[in-house]
Order: sequence, then C-alpha cells, then structure tokens
Amino acid sequence: MDFLTILQILDSTVRLATPLLLACLAGLYSERAGIFDIGLEGKILAAAFFSAAVAFASGSVWVGMLAGIAASMALAALHGVASITFRGNQLISGVAINFLAAGLTVVIAQTWFQQGGRTPQLAGDARFENIVLPGAATRIRDIAQQGPLGQLYSELISGHSIIVYVAFAIVPLTWWVLYRTRFGLRLRAVGENPAAVDTAGISVVGLRFAAVLIAGVLCGIAGAYLATALNAGFVKDMSAGRGFIALAALIFAKWRPWYALSACLLFGFFDAVGNRYQNIQLGEIIVPVQFMQALPYILVVIVLAGLVGKAIPPRAGGEPYVKER
Amino acid sequence: MTPTAPAIELKGISKSFGPVQANRDISLSVARGTIHGIVGENGAGKSTLMSILYGFYKADRGEIFINGTLTPIPDSQAAIRAGIGMVHQHFKLVENFTVVENVILGAEDGAFLTPSIAKARKTLTQLSEDYGLRVDPDAIIEDLSVGHQQRVEILKQLYRHADILILDEPTGVLTPTEADQLFRILERLRAEGKTIILITHKLREIMDITDTVSVMRRGEMTNTVKTADTSPAELAEMMVGRKVLLQVDKTPAIPGEVVLSVQDLRVRHGGVDRLKGVSFDIRRGEIFGIAGVAGNGQTELLEVLGGMISASGGSVTMFGAPLDISGGGANGQTRRARGIGHVPEDRQTEGLIMPFEAWENVAFGYHKDPKYNAGPLMDHAAMQADCADKMARYDVRPPNPRLPARNFSGGNQQKIVVAREMDRAPDLLLVGQPTRGVDIGAIEFIHKQIIALRDQGKAILLVSVELDEIIGLSDRIAVMFDGRIMGERLPDQTDQNELGLLMAGVTEGAA
Amino acid sequence: MDKMPKWADVILIPLISVVLALVVSGLVVALIGESPWRAMQVMVRGAFGSAYGWGYTLYYATNFIFTGLAVAVAFHARLFNIGGEGQAAIGGLGVAIILLNVAWPHWTIALIAALVFSAAFAAAWAAVPAYLQARRGSHIVITTIMFNYIASALLVYLLVNVFRVDGSMAPESARFAETVHLPGGGDFAGFLGFSATTPLNVSIFLALAACVLVWVLIWRTRLGYEIRSFGHSESAAVYAGISPYRITMITMLISGGLAGMMAINVVMGEAERLVLDFVEGAGFVGIAVALMGRSHPVGVVLAALLFGALYQGGAELQFEMPAISREMVVVIQALVILFTGALDNMVRMPMESLFLSLRRRREDAARKTPAE
Repeated sequence: MDFLTILQILDSTVRLATPLLLACLAGLYSERAGIFDIGLEGKILAAAFFSAAVAFASGSVWVGMLAGIAASMALAALHGVASITFRGNQLISGVAINFLAAGLTVVIAQTWFQQGGRTPQLAGDARFENIVLPGAATRIRDIAQQGPLGQLYSELISGHSIIVYVAFAIVPLTWWVLYRTRFGLRLRAVGENPAAVDTAGISVVGLRFAAVLIAGVLCGIAGAYLATALNAGFVKDMSAGRGFIALAALIFAKWRPWYALSACLLFGFFDAVGNRYQNIQLGEIIVPVQFMQALPYILVVIVLAGLVGKAIPPRAGGEPYVKER
Repeated sequence: MTPTAPAIELKGISKSFGPVQANRDISLSVARGTIHGIVGENGAGKSTLMSILYGFYKADRGEIFINGTLTPIPDSQAAIRAGIGMVHQHFKLVENFTVVENVILGAEDGAFLTPSIAKARKTLTQLSEDYGLRVDPDAIIEDLSVGHQQRVEILKQLYRHADILILDEPTGVLTPTEADQLFRILERLRAEGKTIILITHKLREIMDITDTVSVMRRGEMTNTVKTADTSPAELAEMMVGRKVLLQVDKTPAIPGEVVLSVQDLRVRHGGVDRLKGVSFDIRRGEIFGIAGVAGNGQTELLEVLGGMISASGGSVTMFGAPLDISGGGANGQTRRARGIGHVPEDRQTEGLIMPFEAWENVAFGYHKDPKYNAGPLMDHAAMQADCADKMARYDVRPPNPRLPARNFSGGNQQKIVVAREMDRAPDLLLVGQPTRGVDIGAIEFIHKQIIALRDQGKAILLVSVELDEIIGLSDRIAVMFDGRIMGERLPDQTDQNELGLLMAGVTEGAA
Repeated sequence: MDKMPKWADVILIPLISVVLALVVSGLVVALIGESPWRAMQVMVRGAFGSAYGWGYTLYYATNFIFTGLAVAVAFHARLFNIGGEGQAAIGGLGVAIILLNVAWPHWTIALIAALVFSAAFAAAWAAVPAYLQARRGSHIVITTIMFNYIASALLVYLLVNVFRVDGSMAPESARFAETVHLPGGGDFAGFLGFSATTPLNVSIFLALAACVLVWVLIWRTRLGYEIRSFGHSESAAVYAGISPYRITMITMLISGGLAGMMAINVVMGEAERLVLDFVEGAGFVGIAVALMGRSHPVGVVLAALLFGALYQGGAELQFEMPAISREMVVVIQALVILFTGALDNMVRMPMESLFLSLRRRREDAARKTPAE
C-alpha cells in the first residue's frame, strides 16, 4: 500500500466522518443538557430529504440546506415538546421521530417526484462543490507527481466541501461554548442537576429546548451534507444508521468535543476501509462484502460493550425534570 | 420600605396539589433580624410554604409582602431579586462542578466565564472571612464533606445578596459539632441584620436558636409564639394535636447468645472504600445502634448484611455459621431464608414498589414463600388475605390491600414495610432510618414494635442519623465515621456531645 | 388517592391518543393532496370489507401480536427491545434450517420443531444485547438496533451464499416440503368464507395462545412478579434478592423468542421458504402495538388488529390511490408511538384535571344534600 493510497483512504475517512461528527456534536449538546436523543437518525434523514428536494427545486444548495435545517429543527422541537414539556419518555420519542422521518420522507418524495421515494439527481449549484485550496492539485495524475507534503495537502486537506471544514471548526467552537461561556456552564449544569439550575432561577425548560434545537441545527447540516455533498440526491433510508453510530461515538467520546472528533474519525475510517475493500482476502478466507458492510455496526457494539472503559453519562440524562415538593 | 415593616409577611396563602390541600389560608409575619422557626410533622406543609416563598410553586391564593411591599413571586428569579435565598434539605449543587462554578451558576456577570469566575473568587474570599465560612473555591463539590457542601449553599445565597435566608432541615445531615458551627454562622448572619427562617423537626434546635416559632399542622398554621414563652413538650403537643411521649419506654436488655458476628468487614463500592474493617457482635435480645452522619459507611453495612452488595473482605457469621458476603450466595433471598429481616433505609426506592398495590408489597422479598403460592402460580387470594391481616395488626391506614403503595402516607408506607419484615419474627432484624419522614404517631408505634421484637429475644441492628432515636432505642451504641467504628458506648453512660465528637471522627485519645 | 378511575387510564387515554394519531395522519394525507376521508374508506373496505381482506388483516395481525408481545414483555422489565426486527429475521433462519434439513412426516410435528427453533435462534440473538446490558451496562436500545443491521447483513450473506438454490438468481432458499404446509384459513375456517388466497394460517392460534401465556407469566407467576418488580425499581429488586442480571437475561430471552415466533407465520405459513427481508418492519410495528396496548396482551391483540388492518388497507390503498405511498403506514405507526408513548402526558394531564374537577363537583353536590 503506497502513501497515496493511504491518503486516499484518509481523505475518504474525513468525508465519511463529517456527517457522524455533526450528528455526534448534536447529540453532545442534547445529552449534555440531559435529553437523550436517539432521534438523531430521523433528523438526519429528514434534513437529507428536504435539503435535496428544495435544492433541486430552487437550484440552490444553500436554500436546500436551510430547508434541511428547518425540517430537522421541526423534529427537534417535537422531541422537545414530548420529552421536556410533556415529560415523556425520551427514548420512545426518539424512536417515533425516526419512524416519522423514515415514513414521511418517502411519502412526500413520492408525491413530489414520483420516483419511488427518491429525489432527482442533483447537479451544478444544487450540490456542494469541493473547495480547492490555493496551490492544491486536483487531478490524480498531478497529485501523484507531488512530494509527500504536497500530496497530503492536495489529497487530504484540500478538496472537501465547505461543510467538512465547518464541521471540523465546530469542534473547538463547541469546546469553547461548553467550558468558557455562561451558556455552556448552565448547559452542563442542567444535564447534571436540573434542580440546581431551577433553584438558581434559570429556566430548565428554556435551556433544554435551546440544547435540543442546537442539536436540530447540527443534524440538519449533517443531513444536507449527506444528500447534497456526499451524494447527489436523496434515497430512501440513506442515513443508514449514522445517527446511532454517532451516539455510540458520543459514548466512546465520554461526551467531550475533542474525543468526539477522534471517535468519529475512527468510525469514518472503518467505513472508508469497508467501502474501498469490498472483499478482503485473508489467506484462505475471503471476508464477505456483507461483513464489511456490517462492520461499523459490529464496531458500535464492541465499543458499547465497554472495551474502552466505563463512560459516565451526564447524571440527569434521560430523566424528565419534575419539581420536588 | 418602612423601617418597622416585617421582613416577610404572608397573608392567606393557600395551595393544593390535585386533591391534596398542602397549605390552607396561612398568614405569617417575621421581623427583620430575627431567626424564626417553623415546626410541624411530615406533610404538615412546611416545605410547600417555603417553596411558595421561594417561587418554586405558585400559591393558589394569598399575598406575599417583603419589607412591607407587596411582592408577587411567580418564580425563583423573582424571589432572588426580592433578596430571598433558600438552602434546601437536599442540596441543589452540581456535584462535579467546583465551588466557584456552583456559586456563580445563575449569577454570572456577562456571557463569558473567565471574568465571572475571577470576580467570584475574590468575593468568595471576602464572604468566607466575613462570616467564618471557609471553603476552597476550586474544590470539586463531591470531594467536600456534607458540612462544607452546606457552606457552599449558604455562600451561594450570600453571593446573591440574600437578606432573607430559608433553611430547610439544615442539620439532618450534620454532626452535632457541625450543627453547632452552623448555628454560630446563623447567629452571625442575624447580627448582620439578615432574617432567617429555619424549618426543622428537632425541637431542641428551635429552643436553642430561634426568636419566634410557628407550628404547622395538616396544612394550617396553628400557632406562632415567642420561643422564650414555650417548651419542647408544648410544641410537640401543638404539632400533633395531643400529648406525646418524647421518651421511649423500655426495660433493660437481657442479652443472650451471639446471633451475628461481624469480623473486619470491608466493602469497596464504586471505586471507594466504604467499609474499612468493621467488627462487632449482636446478641439475642439487644438493640445494637449505629450512630453517625449519613455517608460514613452505615448504608453499605446494612446493604452488605442484607445481601444487596458484596463485601471485599472480612467475614460474617450467624449463630456461628458463615454468611456469604460475596458471590452468588450473597443476596436478599438467601438472607431471608437465614432469618434476617431488613427494613431498608429508603422505603420508596427499596422497601416498596410504589405502583404495586399493598398486597403485592406485603409479599415483596418473600414472594417465593409457599403460603403465597399455589403450585407454579401465585395465590393472589392468600396474599390479599395476609395483607388485610397485617394491615389490621399493624394499624395501617387506610386498611385497603388494593391501594397502591404510593397512595399511602409516609408513616403508613413504613408500617407496611415494618409489618412485612417484623411479622415473621426474624432472628436478626436490620433496620435503617426506621422513622425518616414518618409522623409522630407512627414513630411511637414503630419504636414499640422494635422493642417488642427485642423482648422476644431477637437481635436488632439499628442504623439511624437521628441521635435521639439511637440513644432512646439502643442497648449498645457504636459510632461510625469514615467506614470505621470509632467507639462503642452504653446509652446511659454517654450523651449527645460525646457521640457527636465520635461522629466527627475525633478519636478517644484526642477527645 | 388516584386522580382517575382505572378504566380511563387503561381504555380512554390510549383511545384518545390513537384517535389523535389517526387525525394527524389524515392531515398528512390531506397535505399531500388526497382526501383522507376517501383514503380511510378504501382502507376500511380493504381490510374488513371481504373475507379476503379479513384474511390478510388477520395474517398481519398475527405477526404484530408476536412482535407486540415481545416488546411488551421487555417493557415490563423496563427494557426497550427495538431489536424485534433482527430477532424475527434470525428466528426465520431457525425455521428454515429445521424445515429444510429434516424430512418431517406431518406439519404438526414440524410446527413444534419450528416453534422451538424460531424461538431459540431469536432468543440467542437477543441474548447478546441482553448480556451486554446486564453485565456491561451497554445501552440496550442502541445495541438492539445495531443487531438489526447485523442480522440483515447476515441474512443477505446466508441467502446469497448458502441457501440460494443452484442456478437461481433469487436470494431465497428452496421451498419447504409439501408435508410441512400449514393449514390455512380456508382449511380451518372455510365456513367463514376464508380461502387459500390469503396467507392466514394456523399460526394465529399460536399467537393467541402466546397472549394467554404472557398474561399468566406476567400477572400470575413468581417470575412475572419479579420482572414487574425489577421494571418498576431496580434498587428495590436488589433489596428483595431479585437478580437484575437474571431478570434482564430471562426477559430478553422471552422477548426475543416471541419476536422469533413471528417467523413461523411468515416463513413457514406464507412464503414456505426463507426470503430476503421477510420481516417487513413487523418488529418495529411491535413497538407501536405494545405502547398502544399498554403492554397488556388484550391491548396488544386489539392494537395488532388495528395495525393488521392498516397494513392490509394500506396495500389496497396503493392500488386505488397510487399517490399515497405504502410508507404512509410507517407514518401512522410513528404517530401512534408518538401519541401513545412519548406524548402520553399531553392527553393524560388534561384528562386528570377533568376527572378531578368532576369529582370535586360531585363531592360538593353530596355536601349540599344533607344525609337523611
């Protein structure tokens, strides 16, 4: 395996890690505030469809992304109403949102486009283009002739869509918000002990809604990336469990932003390897393609089985806040 | 603001939760610069009233005047603005935050933390010195002792410029020494012109420190008197509505053979050593009381003896035969089979299944007993009959086996647990906090039952944070501190002060 | 004192929730430009208008009873088993293996074998997430979802590489022997108009028997008592000497086994061979069925019937109103989960205050009329 091949796999890792990272950070905001969110999957899916559909109709990928974010936020608000306002079961609400997204996207896609639940292929301004950084080569032939540093720059660092760069920038931003701002202090507090926040005269409901809606925005970007940057349009169930993998990454990351980046890159890497090598031959045994496809899910189970040590979630996570008498 | 106006004046406050009327037409006036006590039994409505004053609940009717001005308090924010601070019974602290982070939470200066924290650190140092509340601003809350955590709560209120301080059962978790320190702090605050409301069920504290006292009963405020003009007995009578015995009646113990022998018992739980080598014997016909501030290993002692957690070392024998303290043999079922009854510390999360009806709860833990079963199935009729019988004999009200446990009052819930655990006359009874959150009538009843069991020749291990209860019931008293037994005393040869020192970890040599 | 009479809790509230879910579904249909009224007529007629419709409705309902019971049993231990989909798939694998490899003389014996194998395979598949939950604290919701994906990949692999008949392109197993053909609706209820044109088969009686057994298990046995105790309070269970590990494992094995039996109805009763993706979302419908049925077997049967009708009616809808995608059923299912599960308090809180004020008024009236 030569250096360029490794770079290509890493490049693919970055692309595939981006939606996971956005979803993982979405989960981070929500769960740090004490609201479990297994509805990440549904929000990504809804955003993917609406961003693709509106990008197709408007011809602008940016308008599409806004629509995707709006759809994701609508579902986030629903999760908020169910689990914060009406103190419902957060897991059940998340499951309902996943099915709602899975069903509605296809129903609406069928009504709008009559293409069996998908959107038409996107092209031109309806897709995010890859940004070529100054001085980077774009053609494989040119890259192959560069030195290692040049290859690194052209192949790995340059040539991603704007969303990839934004996603990576959100990691330090999230760290800063969480640990250096008043909002972050209150957010972490409400996930640990909402009663402390309540008696301090701060609205638990307001904080939690804010967190859930931020999660909606981030899932919206993740979905838009999936349908208008990584792919060229929406297909049924295209989120393919990424919301759940992001949750596993979040646990792996112990609910911390920088760890979340590493965890998502790891899952992205395995995804990239699985995509590149459909059939791996190990001596006599041929690893079947289905195994490579199931690999990310198997890894999630292994990670959750605690091969990485016990993770302590935010203490008030999953419990609706009820004032004590 | 008029100079003579009372700091707090409540007029006609009423509040109900669903069908329960928690506060009924309550009026109260507290003068500035005084300490006012509020006493009452569990469920008398004290906490509800204070939660209304702190804006945690909105009253259905009534008005609140602060310093003579009508002040609506729709939420805690408004209460804080009106200069009201509250220290809750269960601290409202974020456990993995630092002291300073907890103090500024909700009182930050601006959107960014760094300047807020710098300023708070300076103010905290000043406040600590002014009021004798020394705490390290950068300590993590969960590393602090309970007494220090309470100081953080008080500092939090002072940082918010509270002039009126409400303290809800502040001494429940403190050693007598720490309680004394708290009272010195309160006196200092009073001298500075702060107004303090103290909610407690300990009449001695009321007599020690308050200027005036109000009594609440069944959601109503029945009396307000000057502390100097009343006595504990009179207050107790006003609380309950009849004369009460403050002393427990019992004959001297006649200890028999050793029932339980504990040797060098160690428990490591959640990565922390909770029991660091505990040894003692309990004999037939005696009540062995364990005093101590909550969190010094008593919970783990009860749990390991009750088979709920595993020990990491040591040995336990019952009637000379070993008792499994780790592995598969250590569980509640094998304990019950060996004749160990267990009234757990927390009836709501351990002793009872709250949505289960009373008859299902009466079999809880004994559900494999043949008398509750007919072949492979459970015999519901037998269970219900057994429940009705126990309810009658243990005076559970209402005596309705079909009522879910959550619909009984605290005292009656506890009676259900007591009936279940004591009625089999176990050779050893483990009892944790038997009267926590229980009304005085039920306290008397439960204490009598415990003594009656002792007089049948059974061994009893009693764990309680209420020193009065320990001294009143026990035949021998051990004091636990930091996972160890600090010393053993006989109840008639010791007093609150000596036990208090042991509870604070002061060893006999140093004392 | 309870805030509401029991009947309001177990019947009225779920009913209102389901009606709300259906009303919102109607709004969705209206929003995509179709008439919800007509859609409902088509669905009701499709599901209940003929013996043919009933046959399909009951066939689907059989699936949902199994998967609904699976979720319900787990709910009693406060375990959220979202893995019914994967467990049923692996259950199908068990059915196929035992029916393809043994020459069964009669369908009755084959049915017993299929029952054992479907339940055992699916229970084994559920055991891994159960073990990880009980011993490692791994979130069972996420692990069971992952096991759905893994089961699906495994089934594809096996159907393509192991079960596929030589020379065939279709990823499906060989057909089972004629002797293991299960009697259909036409055989045992032909007098009601059922015929061999619908996949309804004797599995429905297994499903109903499972309901009775689950009821006995949960409310009449010591194990059920322990499961419910653990579900309400883990700390209390530990106090009483009920092992959380044991209850988690046993409950998930039962839950997985019930999900797996669903494969008998489809693989043995309908397809008569193992086909790709035969579960068709029934595992997920089980969640809605259990929530709507308040985790009670009677409620599960009623909810399963509703979803059976929705599936069958939805299929009819596709013919008559092609603009409405079949995924509309998934939307309805999501809304039922949302309203009966997550938004329960939205219906409950106003109902409680309604009953409270009704009682107050009654008490006031009683006070005004002095006793004679």
